[in-house]
Amino acid sequence: MISIKNVRKIYPSKQGELKAVDQVNLEIQEGEIFGVIGYSGAGKSTLIRMLNGLELPTDGSVTVAGRVISKIKGIELRKARQEISMIFQHFNLLWSRTVSENIAFPLEIAGVKRPEKEKRVAELVKLVGLEGRENAYPSQLSGGQKQRVGIARALANNPKVLLCDEATSALDPQTTDSILELLVDINKRLGLTIVLITHEMHVIRKICHRVAVMESGRVVELGSVLDVFKNPQQPITKRFVQQVSEPEETKETADHLLENYHSGRIVQLTFIGESAEQPLITNLIRHYNVIVNILQGKISQTQSGSYGTLFIHIDGDEEEVDKAVDFIRSQQVGVEVVAND
Amino acid sequence: MINQYFPNVDWLIMWEETKSTLYMTGISVLATFILGTILGLILFLTAKGNMWESKPINAVISTIVNIFRSIPFIILIVLLIPFTTFLVGTMIGENAAMPALIIGAAPFYARMVEIGLREIDKGVIEAAKSMGATTGTIIWKVLLPESMPALISGITVTAIALVGYTAMAGAIGAGGLGSLAYNYGYQRNQNDVTFVATVIILIIVFVIQLIGDFITSKLDKR
Repeated sequence: MISIKNVRKIYPSKQGELKAVDQVNLEIQEGEIFGVIGYSGAGKSTLIRMLNGLELPTDGSVTVAGRVISKIKGIELRKARQEISMIFQHFNLLWSRTVSENIAFPLEIAGVKRPEKEKRVAELVKLVGLEGRENAYPSQLSGGQKQRVGIARALANNPKVLLCDEATSALDPQTTDSILELLVDINKRLGLTIVLITHEMHVIRKICHRVAVMESGRVVELGSVLDVFKNPQQPITKRFVQQVSEPEETKETADHLLENYHSGRIVQLTFIGESAEQPLITNLIRHYNVIVNILQGKISQTQSGSYGTLFIHIDGDEEEVDKAVDFIRSQQVGVEVVAND
Repeated sequence: MINQYFPNVDWLIMWEETKSTLYMTGISVLATFILGTILGLILFLTAKGNMWESKPINAVISTIVNIFRSIPFIILIVLLIPFTTFLVGTMIGENAAMPALIIGAAPFYARMVEIGLREIDKGVIEAAKSMGATTGTIIWKVLLPESMPALISGITVTAIALVGYTAMAGAIGAGGLGSLAYNYGYQRNQNDVTFVATVIILIIVFVIQLIGDFITSKLDKR
């Protein structure tokens, strides 16, 4: 559906060239929810803007739904853009128009006639759950409602691709979740390909099938979300994964325990998919003469399975503890000994 | 009774001259709104990073606007005499005041339009582009409606300035309350005529401001 080949975007600046995007190659499949994560300045915003021609690559090619976006101009580009919608961090609604009129805007651009336009707007209002708010102005809506209008507007012309530019970054966590659920729902119902950029790993975890990690204009890691969570390669990826798997307190708890207990080990276990459902701790205590203290645990759902982390403190006879750790290692569970004395 | 206080005021003439002032102000405000909006749009669209980015066009329009904005109005009228006689055929009367009024006010208003347009969130324009809108659609459906409160409050200020300009134009033969105050009030020392003309001009200004504020607040849904 989307093919990005050897794309570079260079901005001239006083200190020489600034490589916003540097040799990026990506293939995104139809119906996929693809995430691009990176800190600000990583080039993800420039990258997503090349998918609808708001930015042109310095070299390389961008193909979306069979059209070479990086080459076409004028009416051809405008037609293509009707099939590649975009939603924005700050919603970018017209304050002078009501909810209905905002949703109707892309239909006006596409030249849809009145009765059909009104029917479509009503459908979209229902799809995003804004019934009863049709005649409100954006200033009367909450952030989440505004983004729903943004989504309805983006879907108006039945696009093939939806681009999300930090679409949830201005929303509170609860609203973020409801918007993400709406995106998943749309993806499933309409088979829409979604590309989103974000700096929040939570967003990637919750809805993406695959993820690309960007740093200084390059894609440094690419893979299915579960793989990346299970086995992050790059330091930056590890930091992003920690955002969701390891709450702040964990380290504090571990430090505190290490101070209080001068024996035993603190072990971080990582469960992926089915292994998350095995009674590992029960087996551990039954077969080995150790004391197990659960410090912190968390299971997160991703689009392709669950992912869990568990921090435990194992204490007992040194030899027995070693055996216990070896046992865990044999159980298709990721093991990392955090610290021992 | 009233004639006791204003012995020199001919109310019929006062009414005629009031209509004349209103006519000159009305037509010139309308023309200034259209011409100024077009100039303002060109200034905005040709600026750096916008849809018709063009340094030379922007520089030329910007220079013309600045020149005409800087010339004191009374001098502008004199400078435009040949142009006005060519266009209108005479230097006397309400219509002869129009070219100077419009050329004097439109550049002033164009700058206000430009400022109003620059205040539009860039993201909204980007969103319209991402939907495949043409520049024409962006102008009609995004730029103008989104800046309308600024355009209206700008034209209110300009209209009030234009009322003042008509008075000055009156001094050189355009008619209206300005010429009445000058010819009778000043030349013949009939202060009551000046006083009444001033009060009527004040009322016109207040009404313009009131209407402008009302429309602006009705339009602004932010």
